[in-house]
Amino acid sequence: MIGETLSIENLSVATLVGSEPRMLVDGLSLTIRRGRISALVGASGSGKSMTCSAALGVLPPGVNLASGRVTVDGMAREAATLRGRHVATIMQNPRSAFNPVRTMRDHAVETLKALGRFGSDAADRIEVSMVAVGLDDVKHVLGLHAFEMSGGMLQRMMIALALLSEAPFLFADEPTTDLDLVVQLRVLELLDRLVEERNLGVLLVTHDMGVVARLADEVAVLDQGRVVEQAPVMDIFQAPRHHVTRMLVRAHLSLYGMELEA
Amino acid sequence: MSLISAVDIGKTYQTHSLLGRGIRKQVLENISFAIKEGETVALLGRSGCGKSTLARLLVGLEQPSSGKVLYRGRSINALRRRETQGFRRNVQLVFQDSPGAVNGRFTVRAIICEPLRHLTALDQTGREARVREVLEMAELPANIADMLPSQVSGGQLQRVCLARALAVNPKLVILDEALSNLDTHLQASALALLAKLQRDNGTAYLFVTHDLRLARRFASRCLVMDEGRIVEELPTAALEDMRHPASRLLRDAVLPPMPAVRQLRGRASLPLE
Repeated sequence: MIGETLSIENLSVATLVGSEPRMLVDGLSLTIRRGRISALVGASGSGKSMTCSAALGVLPPGVNLASGRVTVDGMAREAATLRGRHVATIMQNPRSAFNPVRTMRDHAVETLKALGRFGSDAADRIEVSMVAVGLDDVKHVLGLHAFEMSGGMLQRMMIALALLSEAPFLFADEPTTDLDLVVQLRVLELLDRLVEERNLGVLLVTHDMGVVARLADEVAVLDQGRVVEQAPVMDIFQAPRHHVTRMLVRAHLSLYGMELEA
Repeated sequence: MSLISAVDIGKTYQTHSLLGRGIRKQVLENISFAIKEGETVALLGRSGCGKSTLARLLVGLEQPSSGKVLYRGRSINALRRRETQGFRRNVQLVFQDSPGAVNGRFTVRAIICEPLRHLTALDQTGREARVREVLEMAELPANIADMLPSQVSGGQLQRVCLARALAVNPKLVILDEALSNLDTHLQASALALLAKLQRDNGTAYLFVTHDLRLARRFASRCLVMDEGRIVEELPTAALEDMRHPASRLLRDAVLPPMPAVRQLRGRASLPLE
């Protein structure tokens, strides 16, 4: 069974500051559809990454899930059954996301084993995923360690590992933030193509409105753990309503010497 | 006279090996340029093109393998003790990796005071006042002074590093991707602060970056680096005329300011719930 929509419903995350409870994510609801890219944007510290971690049940110590559930096509799912089966994840810093003493082959095999998909066709599956992300020299790359690869190659490999899971949804948490702009563009083009070809539903977490403009279909704006505006990408750029959205768009446009209309 | 200039700089790194020969790697070659007082220059290039190495050479953190760095026309290796102090005060470098650029056991106050103690004649009261002043300039709350680097956010720590560099009223600030990791709106306000200091004090800047938008918006002149060489130099106003493939690659990688209509056609827009 493959889901068409994934919904995060009424998600709240809390932590203690001294003895005071503080909400890091506050009643967040969000729907991701296959074949589309939903961006979650906001300033640093607004709760973007915490939302991903909470939805997938991988919150850091000292931070608790206060409420919320994740449904796939309306059916509630445990976080542990979401990870890798319904949702694959790629992260910001590809260099620290890999085990430094393991080759890329070890990572690919581990991924398949963790999902119970390791069989006689493993080599073929790995090759298909790697070719899909443009790592054409499969044999060579599989023998490499993370330190022997560039940031762009590592991010491609991370996406290839995500594809191995054949999960219908992908959470991409600042996938290009640590890459140089030329590599960033290629990775964004790759994600765009994969959404088309594989009908992936993507939750794209980013602080960069340029990435949003290039890739997103719809946008949710987060401020202090709350969604303050949710709209199709054109509306966000052309007619932002909430003052936080306006501030993000205005600052972004100022990089181009442009101003927000009206 | 130029404030700082690079004269035919080259840099090679040598790896050493117990077995066999080490490998020589030329990371900079024939680099020459000059920065005048009050000028803003952008040094553009992709990751790994040698721009950070060049920044480190300019402030004397590393020695070039060939060529030399001149400060007000004199080699930085031939400066007298007093002049060296002036050089270190007047040319400040802000790194990209702020957690790696501060002592984790120092409070923010101690971090900003360090250059003030070594490079200025301010007494303790004077230093304390200057710390308050630069924290305010960098739009940081005053109570951050008592915190440790681990207790502040990445964006805040980056602005602490900027405040530390500005505390001694330098003539030239080299920003090595120092604004890249800031949120866009903080980046915009940091740029506004730097522009104000330039108007008031005639501070010069060298922006080391891969982001053409930053260069276009802020610098008057751009140097493009590729594989350890300066491959193109042109005034910002003429950026559209960039010819070198490396420059064009950087230009084409700039993300669009607004979403394209094409995108919505590709995946038909559905109404939101």
